[in-house]
Amino acid sequence: MLVAVAQLVELQVVVLDVAGSSPVGYPFFSHLMLTRRIIPCLDVDRGRVVKGVKFFDHVDAGDPIAQAKRYQDAGADELVFYDISASHEGRGIMADLVSKVVEECFMPLTVGGGIRTLEDAMRLIQAGAEKVSLNSAAVKNPALIAEVARKFGRCATVLGLDANRVYENGVESWYVFVNGGRVNTGIKVMDWVKRAEGLGAGEIVLNVMNADGTTSGYDLEMTAAVSDAVKVPVVASGGAGSPQHMLEVLTTGHADAALAASIFHFGQYTVGQVKQFLHEHEVPVRLV
Amino acid sequence: MQISILDYDMANLRSVQKGFEHVGAVARIISTADQIAQADRLVLPGVGAFADAMATLRDRGLVDPILKHIEKGKPFLGICLGLQMLFDVGLEDGEHRGLGVFKGKCVRFDVDQTLGLKVPHMGWNQINLRVPSPLFRDLPEGSNLYFVHGYHAVPEEESIISSTTDYGGEFVSSIRRENVMAVQFHPEKSQAVGLRILANFAEM
Repeated sequence: MLVAVAQLVELQVVVLDVAGSSPVGYPFFSHLMLTRRIIPCLDVDRGRVVKGVKFFDHVDAGDPIAQAKRYQDAGADELVFYDISASHEGRGIMADLVSKVVEECFMPLTVGGGIRTLEDAMRLIQAGAEKVSLNSAAVKNPALIAEVARKFGRCATVLGLDANRVYENGVESWYVFVNGGRVNTGIKVMDWVKRAEGLGAGEIVLNVMNADGTTSGYDLEMTAAVSDAVKVPVVASGGAGSPQHMLEVLTTGHADAALAASIFHFGQYTVGQVKQFLHEHEVPVRLV
Repeated sequence: MQISILDYDMANLRSVQKGFEHVGAVARIISTADQIAQADRLVLPGVGAFADAMATLRDRGLVDPILKHIEKGKPFLGICLGLQMLFDVGLEDGEHRGLGVFKGKCVRFDVDQTLGLKVPHMGWNQINLRVPSPLFRDLPEGSNLYFVHGYHAVPEEESIISSTTDYGGEFVSSIRRENVMAVQFHPEKSQAVGLRILANFAEM
C-alpha cells in the first residue's frame, strides 16, 4: 500500500513537471485534442507534379488532380501545391488547377511559389485555395505579408521559407535563402520568422534545405527553435524519409504539422501507414 | 430545396458551393438584398477580419435582409466568421458590432504555449455534442473537423451551445437556436464528415 502511494506521488510529480516548463515534457499530448497534421506537398511545374532532390534534377511524379484525390482518400490532412514554374503563365495554370481540385477535394489546400502581389494571392484564394504561402517575394517586400493578412486574414497567410545552416569562420548561423535556394539573403532565420509573425503570418512552413530531398530526417534543432520562438503553428519541411522522422519532428522538433513529398509520391509509405505509426506512438492524429 | 450562399467578397465560396453540389443539393451564389429575401436556406460563410466583414455587409445593405431571413424562421447556416458575426461584439483589432442575433462576444484564444498550443487554432479537432442538432445527424462519434481561427465566440446563453471543442480548455464550436445554426469549423473542408453536415443542412 505504501509502495502504491509512493508510486502515485511520484506519478503526480512527473505530471506536474510535464505541465510546467520542463523541456522533456513538451508537447504534453494528453492535453491536446487537436491532431497533428500530415501534409503531402506537390511541387507543380506548368501543371505537372515534380519533386526534386536537393532542389535540382526534377522527376515527373504525376498528374496533380489525380494525386490530390489519391491523398484525400488516403487521409491527408491538407495539401500543399508549390508552383516551381514561377512564371506568369505558370501562375495562370496554377489558378486553373486549384479551381479543378476544389471541385473534387474537400480539404484544406495551400498554394505557394511565385506569389508576388496581393492580386496573385487573390486569384488563388478566389480559385479555392484556403491559404497562400509567401516566400521569396515576402523577403523582398515584407509589406506583402501585412497586405495579404489584412485582406484575407492571418489564417490564410502563410510564410514559407527556405533555411540553411551556414558556417563562417567556424561559426554556424541559420540564414534565409531565396530563388529556389540559390541566394543567401543574409537574413537570420529567427529574425525573419518573428518579423513575419508580427506582420501577420498565421502559419510558418520551415523548409530546411540541407535536409530537403535527402530523406535523412528533418532538422529537429532548427524546427524546434522556430516553433518555440513564435506563437503560430509551424509546419516542418525537408528531409522526411520514414514515419520515424515524422514522429521525431512532431515530438522532439515541436512541429505542429509535418510536410513531405517524395516519401509519399513514390509510394514508399502511405499517409495511412505514417498516421498509424504516429498513433501507436501516442501522437494524436486523424485516422480515416 | 435550393441553398443560397451569400457572396460579399470575404470568402472563397466555391468550396462551399461544390460541397453542397457534391451531396446532390442545388446551390447558388447570391449577393444582393433581393436575392436574400427570396432565399429558402441561407449560408453565410466568411474568413478574414470581423470588422471588414461587418462593414461590407452594412455597406451593401445586407444586414437587415439577413436578420429578416432569420426572423422568418428560415434555415440559416453560418460558417467560421459567419458564426462569430451572429454575436453582439467582436474583439478583433478593437471592439466591433456584429449582427446581434445572439448575446455574447468573440475573443482571441488565450492558450498556454508551454503546452504546445498555438494560435490560430489550425487543423483537425473533435466536437463534443451538447444538445442534439439536426446538423450532426449520423455523424460518427469522435469525428474530426477542420478548424482555422484565432478568435472564438463566448455566448451569454448556454442554451444555444450545440457543441464544444477542447483547445487548452473548452470553446464553443457550434451553436443552434431553432432555425439558426452556425459552426466554427469548415464543413466544406472536412472531407466526408463535413459533406455529411452539408447534406444534413440541405435535407432538413
